[in-house]
Amino acid sequence: MSMTCWETVQAYGLRSIGIGENLLPKTDFTLCQQFTLIGSGLIWNLYFGVLALAFGFFLANAIALARNARNPWVRKPADWFVFVFRGSPLFIQFFLAYEALVLLPKAGIDFLGLHINTSWTTRAWAGALFVLFLNTAAYAAEIFYGALKSIPKGDLEAAEAYGITGWKKFTRIEWPTMMRLGWPAYTNEAIFLFHATTLVYFSSFPAFAQKGDALYYANYFADKTFNPFIPYPIVGFYFICLTLIVTFVYGRVNRRLNRHLPSNERSRIRLRPQLIR
Amino acid sequence: MFSYCSDPKALAEAIWVQLPWLDSFWLTSWISGFLNSLPWFSCYLTSAKHVDFYWSFVTVLALLAVTAPAALAMGFMGATAARSHVGPVRWFGKAYIWMVRGIPDIIFFLFFVIALDQGIEYVKNLFVCDGGAWPWQGLEFRVCQEAKVPLGSSAPIWHKAYGFFLAVLTFALVFGAFTANVIYGAMGAVPRAQLETAEAYGMSRKQVFRRILVPQMWVYALPGLGNLWMILIKATPLLFLLGVQDIVYYARELGGSKTQVYEYPHGDWRLYYFLGLLVFYLVFTRVSEIGFSRLTRRLSHGQATAAGEAMRKAAA
Repeated sequence: MSMTCWETVQAYGLRSIGIGENLLPKTDFTLCQQFTLIGSGLIWNLYFGVLALAFGFFLANAIALARNARNPWVRKPADWFVFVFRGSPLFIQFFLAYEALVLLPKAGIDFLGLHINTSWTTRAWAGALFVLFLNTAAYAAEIFYGALKSIPKGDLEAAEAYGITGWKKFTRIEWPTMMRLGWPAYTNEAIFLFHATTLVYFSSFPAFAQKGDALYYANYFADKTFNPFIPYPIVGFYFICLTLIVTFVYGRVNRRLNRHLPSNERSRIRLRPQLIR
Repeated sequence: MFSYCSDPKALAEAIWVQLPWLDSFWLTSWISGFLNSLPWFSCYLTSAKHVDFYWSFVTVLALLAVTAPAALAMGFMGATAARSHVGPVRWFGKAYIWMVRGIPDIIFFLFFVIALDQGIEYVKNLFVCDGGAWPWQGLEFRVCQEAKVPLGSSAPIWHKAYGFFLAVLTFALVFGAFTANVIYGAMGAVPRAQLETAEAYGMSRKQVFRRILVPQMWVYALPGLGNLWMILIKATPLLFLLGVQDIVYYARELGGSKTQVYEYPHGDWRLYYFLGLLVFYLVFTRVSEIGFSRLTRRLSHGQATAAGEAMRKAAA
């Protein structure tokens, strides 16, 4: 039975989240099938990337400020958090998190008469998202902390001369400047994180019912056809598109952050090579 | 390892130290429990499998020791090619650098290992097999028995060595591109005036490159190279994905729960093994960080940079 490409898209377009045809193709792989299934896996990469970045942004801000605090009880834990997550491989962090989550009692925890179910934490959608969230928070916190440290002294003095102090100084002067200075590096971090999402199903978190990410399906095809020259370039293509979209969106934000500056003083986003974390 | 290790089961139950005054308090009873478990642990941690585990750390270090210079060499060649005055060479260099942008490198890792393996076997197939048929047929990659690398009949050590070789080559290719990007940037960062002065003194293009550009470039490249070294360290667990029996492989093997049929039965200890790996990586990256900051100080000496200027003023 052969399907037209549109039928294939209908059958497998949402396969990665369990909608559509249950059985994956086993023989006679077409280019269309590979494009469709790998593209459907990309839904998971987007899910992990978007949510981890969204939640991680707030934690990163909090940690960057904590690192800037004078009180060592606030500063030290933040320093350690950043050191642990930036100093160790994400791969090991995934393993460690999975092993730790597996050790939670399967039946759930009874706490103060409250029953807390724990089985969902070992699933990738929750466990891996949590690790990615902490990881990106640590990397972004380092960026924001560096930006906070490099706010021009004159800006702060000018603010104080105008009588802007305390919380108002923070929200009106320090935070916007921190964002503006850190944004180009943060853009790279975002691209970086999207690339890191491909590690999820290659570390410890199992894919249930063959619902995996883009790399999971690419690997499936490469294993089945013994031909790496088609599926891997397809994932590569999808990720280049994703990188372009992320650069565009973050570029718009960067433009807004820099809108008050003369055009020759604006900070530009320079794309740097994306590396494993 | 030790003579008393012949019967680990009895060892686990044996009482070596008895300290009644300690056992009577719950707070101190763990001390005697700890003392009594020491012999068992000393045997457990020196079992043959664990010695293999310790050797796998050497595998990781060996990979780093081989890959770092190889990647540096490839990066240097890539960056030089990208600056070339000959069009095709320059395009090749630029394409090599741009290749790694925008695509997650885990894909390169997965791709190159199979692609290199198949490529090598395909080329060998052209020479040793009759006819040298196109090997990608339907759902199989088929070459004749003689074209297999390594041969099916070779000793297991060759299979391991070949796997390690492919891993090193893949790491060097991917990290070579990253390094090329850093070095390319560093070459561009050397002040134009330095090169122009050299040209004014009548140096040839080669001489300017060798005597002025390359010695001055390192201080600009060092922060980027330091970053890459950290990233290379943190990429080593991916050896596990490439099928090399590395520390991740052993941590999973040894840490998994062992029933009574094993010599040293224990529960699921993978969490502790992975904590050990985490500490290993944290110490490794921290030590590297300190080493790099020292190297930066040394290289900044006498350079036309802010750091070099500060050192000059401090000395004067």
